[in-house]
Amino acid sequence: MIKAYKENRPLSPHLQIYKIQITSFLSILHRGTGIILYGGAFLWVIWVVALATGPENYTKIQAFLIHPFGLFILMGWSFSFFYHLCNGIRHLFWDLGVGYDMPTVRRTGWIVVISSIFLTGVSWTLGILAGEIFS
Amino acid sequence: MTFEAELHAAQGLGSAKSGLRHWLVQRITAALLIPLGVWFVLFFILLLTAPFDVAYGWLSSPWTASLSILFIISSFYHGYLGMQVIWEDYVSRETLKWALILGTKLLSIVAALLAIVSILKIFIS
Repeated sequence: MIKAYKENRPLSPHLQIYKIQITSFLSILHRGTGIILYGGAFLWVIWVVALATGPENYTKIQAFLIHPFGLFILMGWSFSFFYHLCNGIRHLFWDLGVGYDMPTVRRTGWIVVISSIFLTGVSWTLGILAGEIFS
Repeated sequence: MTFEAELHAAQGLGSAKSGLRHWLVQRITAALLIPLGVWFVLFFILLLTAPFDVAYGWLSSPWTASLSILFIISSFYHGYLGMQVIWEDYVSRETLKWALILGTKLLSIVAALLAIVSILKIFIS
């Protein structure tokens, strides 16, 4: 009886069954950016260890980071940060029980997307300005 | 062979009583990381092209050093909790799942410690 019960249990449909919507896409993106941020944290650890071990190692890691490939990684990482930040704030509001109705969920979703692109743009504009001061 | 149905064996056991702490710490570190993260990411981008002395000088201030350490602890704690949930969700083999969870925990502790020791070294010298 237990065996039959186990074999006939309904399976929850997998992710690819559903049509992608703004809500599900942003939810997946929250996880994805979370993984990227965890990986990116190690990059900063390498940077600070290099800084602590002297100018020679610092220059090496800096050359890697300001190389176009390094900048590409950093831009993806910073966008991931701002997205995870904005959507995280959205999650904290949900924890308080605020913003659960569908129109609000969709609207805050778009606000999160636009704000994270905007914040990434602002921070890199500042970064370029700082780069001109240092050079 | 046991004649006890699995449902009966599980009944009355309740939760593992460790989920609330995970939930709460995830939110506390998330709230901490709102100001700390913005401050930190912004300075990292600004310091990208900075010469060695400028970057070194930045971490020599007690404020920067303390906030950086707080940032490192909360971000690795938050990151570890998130990764734990991801392993739990997608890895069904028990032994592999626990190996990955414990491995992530160890990796997070080592990386955070490495960063903290480096920050303190820069701050003291």
